[in-house]
Parts: sequence; structure tokens; C-alpha cells
Amino acid sequence: MNPFTVHEGIVAPFNRSNVDTDTIIPKQFLKLMKKEGYGKFLFYDWRYLDGEEENPEFILNRSHYKKASILLSRDNFGSGSSREHAVWSLKDFGFRVIISSSFADIFYSNCVKNGVLPVVLPQESIEELFDREEKSEIYPLEVDLEKLVITDFNGFKESFDLDPFIKEMLLNGWDEISMTLQKEKSIENFERKHPIHFSLKDAVPQRNSE
Amino acid sequence: MGKTLYEKIWDRHVVEKRENEPNLLYIDLHLIHEVTSPQAFDGLKKENRTVRCPELTLATMDHSIPTENRGFPFGDPVAQLQVEALEKNCKEFQIPLFNLGSDRQGIVHVIAPEQGLTLPGQTMVCGDSHASTHGAFGALAFGIGTSEVEHVLATQCLQLVPSKTLAIQFTGQLAPGITSKDLILALIGAYGNDFATGYVIEYRGEPIKAMSMEQRMTICNMSIEFGARAGLMAPDQVTFDYIKDKPFAPKGADWERALEDWKELYSDEEANFDNIIYFDVTQVSPQVTWGTNPGQVVSVKGEVPNPEASSGFARSNVENALDYMGLKPGTKMEDIPINVVFIGSCTNSRIEDLREAARVLKGYEKSSDVRGIVVPGSQQVKAQAETEGLHHIFLEAGLEWRNSGCSMCLGMNDDFVGPNERCASTSNRNFEGRQGENARTHLVSPAMAAAAAVKGHFYDIRDWEYKLQEVNS
Repeated sequence: MNPFTVHEGIVAPFNRSNVDTDTIIPKQFLKLMKKEGYGKFLFYDWRYLDGEEENPEFILNRSHYKKASILLSRDNFGSGSSREHAVWSLKDFGFRVIISSSFADIFYSNCVKNGVLPVVLPQESIEELFDREEKSEIYPLEVDLEKLVITDFNGFKESFDLDPFIKEMLLNGWDEISMTLQKEKSIENFERKHPIHFSLKDAVPQRNSE
Repeated sequence: MGKTLYEKIWDRHVVEKRENEPNLLYIDLHLIHEVTSPQAFDGLKKENRTVRCPELTLATMDHSIPTENRGFPFGDPVAQLQVEALEKNCKEFQIPLFNLGSDRQGIVHVIAPEQGLTLPGQTMVCGDSHASTHGAFGALAFGIGTSEVEHVLATQCLQLVPSKTLAIQFTGQLAPGITSKDLILALIGAYGNDFATGYVIEYRGEPIKAMSMEQRMTICNMSIEFGARAGLMAPDQVTFDYIKDKPFAPKGADWERALEDWKELYSDEEANFDNIIYFDVTQVSPQVTWGTNPGQVVSVKGEVPNPEASSGFARSNVENALDYMGLKPGTKMEDIPINVVFIGSCTNSRIEDLREAARVLKGYEKSSDVRGIVVPGSQQVKAQAETEGLHHIFLEAGLEWRNSGCSMCLGMNDDFVGPNERCASTSNRNFEGRQGENARTHLVSPAMAAAAAVKGHFYDIRDWEYKLQEVNS
């Protein structure tokens, strides 16, 4: 995972609450077995008319938002299904930061694992950002992960909270699995005294069975 | 100070705890399926890693499989590739798999309990948000993304920060004909669909104790629709009776040992919750959703709300939902005609759910304007229903009787709701496009779905004229 330090990018306003992961990436794309290339399917049902013609009404189809890398939205962003494809599609489209008043838990965790920064701001700041964006032709923001500050260089400056460990993970681009694998001794010690009450041993397939 | 049930389970699974770091938590059972696992296996292979504990992992196919003809070739070659990939990965990493042809196959959240794999006090995860279902047994169970699926495959652990705790104290008694589906929908409707975000819920009180495991699972299943990652219920005699003698559950002396262990699994009286809400179940009526999230719900005797009753952004939320759903404010819920009925999903596809639907349908035929499918949650549920003759009732009513799978809940296979069609569904999500592009979903209980199939519109189950009281043979 690439480290995340400071990101400057254009804001795309997504003025909906409860944006669920079914909407972010509809189920038909969940049959693909890769992690890349989902950007073109992002918000599929809203973004395209019949035959994959772009819906001119849809916000991300407006030319100045096609290069957006910061998504601004409302309450309960990413609710519903645990599909990580939702984050893969947002990231592949170009989003590195998502700003909202609240996120669904699983989606939040999926963002972090993929180097996408979820930023929670109070409702008033969300309203102000929507307002400032609407009044600008192009609205860039700078997100400083080290300082935990968002600024627009035009009077808006707001700090945000982030779990210190998540911050370190993102700043360094650490691989979480490698970190856990280094704790093998602790895991083995734990297993020695930890009871498991079911047994699936008989259902484990033999290596040479057909 | 006492501990909550959540804290007790958590503490039993902490492998390592360091300051300013998440806890390293051990996972007792990892459920995997064809849709959210292939990229995780690819990740393992790329790094030359292996599956640490195949015997603590169970795989099945449920999300994208057909419910009619099960053999290869599938009508959908892309779905078949995904199913073949899971077969191959399970073989390579020696993971137990209940494959398509197996009589133990089914929706992952239906088969783990019925096989005796969901046990009190366990930690369980699945690359599926409805893993919360297993909380009904007093297991800490939650959905994870594919990165975490890979993490658990490689290490049998996850790095996690504890959630806040929310106690939901139910009081009173459910009225006749009211199901646990109505209760959880009414609760989400009363508090809002993201109220429990950041929390793990413990459902408590006499109304829970009075419920069967099937009813309890329906409530825990929809914890995620309330925003919570997990929902818990303290195990009791009902739980133990359900588990006893299930295929993979402990037997003999192991059973006695496990039982001792499980009887400690309750929140201490002096335990502190971060938040407590009290909810009187007495007034709960049959529920029908009208909008595009599960909190947008009313009583079947109610009507479609008027956006003008709200202001600001809340108003546009209602307007957007009504626009998508093609509904006018003030329309009586009982006057809304439907085209499709879906009885199934990890929320409501267990044997009790099917009995409930069959009891309503007995002696009736579906409306000619409606098509409908009944999709049992597992092949075992299917076999049980056929032993009881329930499938005859569904078929005689004009509904289709299928093989098990997630099916029309998310329409990944051939079972979907068409554009602008309106579906009475026993599933868990009424999101835009969930059951099909431009499909309109109304969430209801199995009995309410069955009644709607006959009437062709929503109908208050409390007014139903049953043609036979008991259908059990």
C-alpha cells in the first residue's frame, strides 16, 4: 500500500445521505475476481443511461468532476454490504479521500485497508463545504494526514480525529498482515490454552482426493 | 465492576494487547463464500502465504449460484468461474467446503447454525455483513471486507479496536401474528437506520427469551441494517437445546464441558453499557418498508409519508425515496399492488419462516398479477420442508419452489426483480437497485409476503382468514 501523507485534490459534492455499497458498486460486478478496474462501474445505475451512455445529469459525469479525488457526502456513507469492491471502485475512479458526517463501520475499515482516507467532520462543517464548493467553479482542498487538518487556503481550516494507529498505518503504507504474521509466537501460545468446541477435522479435504 | 457479554467474549479472544495499538483478536470460525474470497486467496498466493487454520474455516457457495438447475454449465459463465475458483482454492488450501451438490450446502448464515458450528462465546467472521446473524447464539460475529478475509486466512486473527456497547432492553409482549421481523423493522424505523453505527448491540429482555432461535436470528441478522456491526443475545436453554446433537457440535463429555463454559456468557448485573434504550414491543404491528433504506418503514395499516412533514435535507431524502419507489404520499400501504414475492434470504429462509408462510398460503392461490419464488435457506431446510409437505402448499399456491441460495435478496443470479416491478420481500435491504436495476423492494415478514402474494397487494396479516390452523404433519 502506498503511503498517504498530504493530498491536494478537487472536491466532488455528492449530496445524498445513506449512500450504500449496492449503489456504489452494483452486484453484477461482484462476480469479477480482481481488485482493479472497477472505476468505470462506480455508481453504475446512476451514472449511465441504457447502453452505458453517460447520464449528463449525474454529478461525476460533469467534466470538472472527472478529475476529482475528494468525495464529499453525507450521513452513513458506505452502509450495507461488506463488499470491498465499493472501495476498490472509488479508489480506481481516483478518490483518495472521502469526507462525510458519518461512515458505516465495515466500509470505514475497508477504506483504511486500501489507503483511502475517510474523514469525519461535524455536520456544520459538511454544510459549509457543500456551500463553498457550490460557490466555486473548481473547489480544491488539502488534506494533511500528519497534522490531521483540512484546508481550502481560503479561510476554511478544520482539524479531524483519526485513530493514532490507523494514522500510522496510512502514513507508512504498512501491510497489516505482515505485522500480524510477526506475532506468530503469541498466536501459538494463545491457541495452546484456547478451547474450540466444534470440530471440522473430518470435513477437511485430503490433499489427493478428487 | 462487571463485564458485558461482549466484553467477556472479547477478553477470551485477545491474543495480544499493546498500548496505542488495536487488540489482536483470535477468530474461532471463518465462513467464506465464492464472492468475497477470490481476491483474498490471490493475495495469499502472491505473497507465498498459506491458510493458517483450514479446520477453523468453512466454505460454501451461496451468493451467485442458480436456484433452478444446479449443474455446470451455469447460464452465467462468469458466476461459474467464481464457483470453480472457490472449489479450486478450497482444494489447494484444504478448506472444508459444502459444495453445490452437497446436502449441507446453503446460505452461509443458515448452514453454520444448523450444522452446529455456530456456538456461544465464539468469535466468527465472514466476508458478508449479515454475519451478525450468529450473534443470536451469543457468538461475537461480524462482517469483514476482503482484505480482512485474507488477514484471517493467513493468521486466524484480526487487529481490532473494541466497539461501543448498546443494550436494547425489550419489554412487554409481542401481539399475536407479530414476528421478530416486524420487531426489528419497527425498532430501526423508530431510531433510524444508522443509530447503532459504532456499537455492538446486546438484545435483552423477556420478549427475546420467549423467541425461538429462528426468530432470534432474524433480529441479529438485521443488526447491520441498524448500523451495528454485530448484535448479541445471551445464550439460554433455548440456545442449548437448539445446538445439542447438531452434526459438528460437541458431544458427550465435550458437550458438558462446553455447556459449563457457555453458562458464564451473560452481562453481569453491574456491567456498564455505553448506551441503553428501552423498547416496548407490545404496540408493534406488521411492518412494511416504503422507502429505500430499512428505517423507512410503517405499519401495514399506515400510509406512505408526505415529504412536506419533514424539512431541509430530511425532506429530500423522503422525496428521493418516493421518486425511486414510484409512490405517492398518503397512499395506504394496503392499497399498494405488488408484482413479485420473494420468500427467502439469510433473514427469513429457515424452516420456521417457511412454516409461517405455508400456514398463510394453505388453501389459497396467488394473485394472477404476481409471480413468486420460495427459496429455502439451505438444502437441509429444503429437505425438512418437503418432509412436512410445505412445498406442496407453495406449489399449489402457484409459487415456485427452488434450491437454496441468496437468490433474489441481491439478484446476483437469474432471480431478480425487473425494472419498476414491486416486490414484497422477506430479505433485509430495500436499497435502490438491490434486487435488480430499478427494482422496488418492500421488506416484510414471511407471513406478510405470503398474504401479499394471495391478495396482490399488502394485507394486514392480523385480518387473515386461515384455512387450516396447523400444516405440520
